[in-house]
Amino acid sequence: MATAIDRIKSKIIATGQAKPPERARDYRRGALAVAIQVAAVVAGLVVGAGLIAGSGADPVVAYKAAFAGAFGDFYNFLETLVKATPILLAGLGVTVAFRCSVWNIGAEGQLQMGALAATALGIAFGGRGVPGIAAIPLLLVAGFAAGGAWGALAGWLKVRWRVDEVIGTIMMNFIAILFVNYMITGPLNDPNSGGVPLTRKIAEAAQLPRLFANVLIGSRIHLGIVIALAAAGLTYVFLWHTVPGYQLRAVGANPTAAQFGGISVTWSVVLSLIISGGLAGLAGMSEVAGLHYRLIDGFSPNYGATGIIVALLGKLHPLGVVIAAILFGGLIVGIDAMTRAVRVPGSIVFVMQAVIVLFVLAGELLARRWRLVE
Amino acid sequence: MTESPYRPASGIVEMIGITKRFGDVLANDRLDFSAQWGEVHALLGENGAGKTTLMSILSGLYRADAGQVRLRGNPAQIHSPRDAIEHGIGMVHQHFMLIKPFTVAENMVFGLKSPREPWLDLDGVAERVAELSNRYGLAVNPRARIQDLSVGAQQRVEIIKALYRGADILVLDEPTSVLTPQEAEELFKILRELAGQSHTVIFITHKLDEVIAVADRITVLRDGRRIATVGKAETDKADLARMMVGREVLFRLEKSSTTPGPEILAIKDLWAHGADGRPALRGLSFSLRAGEILGVAGVDGNGQGELAQVIMGTRRATAGHIYLDGKEVTHASPKERLMLGVGYIPEDRNAVGLIGSFSVGENTILNTHFSPPYARGIMLDRRAMVADAERLIREFDVKTAGHGERAARLSGGNLQKLVLAREVHRDPRALIAAQPTRGLDVGATEYVRRRLLEQRERGRAILLISADLEEVLTLSDRILVVYEGAMTGLLDAKDVEIGKLGLMMAGTKQPVAIH
Repeated sequence: MATAIDRIKSKIIATGQAKPPERARDYRRGALAVAIQVAAVVAGLVVGAGLIAGSGADPVVAYKAAFAGAFGDFYNFLETLVKATPILLAGLGVTVAFRCSVWNIGAEGQLQMGALAATALGIAFGGRGVPGIAAIPLLLVAGFAAGGAWGALAGWLKVRWRVDEVIGTIMMNFIAILFVNYMITGPLNDPNSGGVPLTRKIAEAAQLPRLFANVLIGSRIHLGIVIALAAAGLTYVFLWHTVPGYQLRAVGANPTAAQFGGISVTWSVVLSLIISGGLAGLAGMSEVAGLHYRLIDGFSPNYGATGIIVALLGKLHPLGVVIAAILFGGLIVGIDAMTRAVRVPGSIVFVMQAVIVLFVLAGELLARRWRLVE
Repeated sequence: MTESPYRPASGIVEMIGITKRFGDVLANDRLDFSAQWGEVHALLGENGAGKTTLMSILSGLYRADAGQVRLRGNPAQIHSPRDAIEHGIGMVHQHFMLIKPFTVAENMVFGLKSPREPWLDLDGVAERVAELSNRYGLAVNPRARIQDLSVGAQQRVEIIKALYRGADILVLDEPTSVLTPQEAEELFKILRELAGQSHTVIFITHKLDEVIAVADRITVLRDGRRIATVGKAETDKADLARMMVGREVLFRLEKSSTTPGPEILAIKDLWAHGADGRPALRGLSFSLRAGEILGVAGVDGNGQGELAQVIMGTRRATAGHIYLDGKEVTHASPKERLMLGVGYIPEDRNAVGLIGSFSVGENTILNTHFSPPYARGIMLDRRAMVADAERLIREFDVKTAGHGERAARLSGGNLQKLVLAREVHRDPRALIAAQPTRGLDVGATEYVRRRLLEQRERGRAILLISADLEEVLTLSDRILVVYEGAMTGLLDAKDVEIGKLGLMMAGTKQPVAIH
């Protein structure tokens, strides 16, 4: 009798000690992580307020205008989603590479190459009567393949010649941007443009349809956001529910243990760059096929770099990246609206982005130093 | 500072009750240490015994959690390497802290004030270096560039650098690990010379030969505690080996007698380089049969780690052959070998065996995730993973909040149970277990050992790599003794003398006792 009671007692003690504190600690960890990200964004806004005040405008008025511009009404929110689309796709790409501890800074170059391939194919479809049901998937494949190939090249340089991927991808950004520039002004230049750096239009069948075009008149929202959200879901499935995704995360977390587990580090690194570049390539494809219908000089205000920011801000989790991308889409649209309401330079948006990154990184560092996380 | 007026009979360096903790690991546990004027004092112990931690406290790199340091009879507060230098303590690290494109003289004055600020006085420095070099037989040219010097010469530059800064207490961390035997001998001569000119030399090592060659006194550490301090005359290699690796016999395990079956793993004249690019395995050959435990005994760092890596396929063999079940796998990928049936319980579970940021469940499939039932084509079947993980957690009594908990949260003993569970569940034909009970408490140790014996009885072949002699003796059927990557003996576990084994571990070759 006594032993039975003792056993029950020890069970109660065991469950009472082992489980709830673990859970509580995990919750605390999660809450803290979110708090750091939120604090970083707030800090970015505060620094931005200082800059706005410095240029002689009232920060409160400015931020009110910005918020209304980005999230104030439904149409404005749709425009935020339009801006968030390429950022989200680039951010997902960066997430995949960073999960493998491959520091792909080349999302911009991969995006540019994806846009170029999609444009070339879209123009080639012109007048051939390719139906949209075939043209759009083919354009998606072209965008992914071109971006993926550009990423794979950096991967090959890394594993074959030990070129650090940070240097490699940054350098390849320049090559891609200038190459696209050349194509726009040279071989692919629209002969009727009168020297303006843009290409001919892609075939109508290859253009991503506007969403609810009959209802949402005047909105630019297009199929790209649906593709981007689907890509977020697929990225999640890839990372946590497929064998290559598992291997890629294992290599990122502990390459030695991964190797002993029979995983090829080389292959995982290259694969991560292919998928990473492919997703960034889709961002470029979506801008061309969904928004401009042609390649225009300067069509990307470095969405690739913004992708890095949202990937970090989203804690390298697809859901976090979706939230962060929408936030940053709103930041771009909002500050655009702000510059129209009060006299402040639009480049404040870049300062605020940079400040947010610094605070995200500093926040994690401080949390570790103060032993809030281990 | 060489001509200090204070010459105590007791220690010039006294460390009393030093305790240092890193997370859950007690690196130094109420350690007492003292070194005397003009002696070469060896600090002997295995990797992880706490030697480097203790000396890092003395040289101001770490701060002790508890305890006191006294220098020349007075309490000393050493909070930084700068404090240590001011107290006359110079440390020569395993990895040199020299600026390679600079000359010897330029390296001397780095971080010091010049007497002729803002100008450098390199000629004066060179003169002083030459003087020190002559006095202690260091043979260093002050105008040579570091990058042009051999490793041995670079080490002598480090010693001169410490002397130049006025050190009379020199601490050398595993100084011979980067040297050739000839260079090591030169170094020993220099150390004797320094001690003869009333410097105190403390040198950290796990090599018994060196201790005998150069030390006056020896302090043996094990598991963060001091085992003994002895004069060289009062001890010998076998005695030191026992103190260094031995452990009180905790319990006896019943070992049934089995007849070994066919050969599972064969190693033929295997050569491989270590991480430093020098040969770590030098023509090792042995054979491992079904139903036996072959113990690999040796002091840490004699090629055991490399052996495991080469068998698993994460380190390339430079020569020789590995056969698994009669099939040559010398150049097979790690995955191919895993699928052919080798398993590995690594010595360093955190860095090699597990992924800390992965869940317990994800860790249970680390080396099987590419096969069914976990892999279904490209998809990962997490439900199969969770089901098996939960079963293993129960069966092996892994204390965890659940399969979803991050592995980094588990204690050392439970991490080891997790690795053991994974490998036993895979049921490989050949299992390599490296230091499988290091750092475990008595209960967990017994559990792990019993499981290994169980595998043996089921006809599996086990290669047990351990520096713990008691473990090797308890579990093994045969014992292979390695020293510097080569075999120094192969013994039947039934008739082994610890003293003889210790000698073999120290490099003395013995005739092969059984075949």
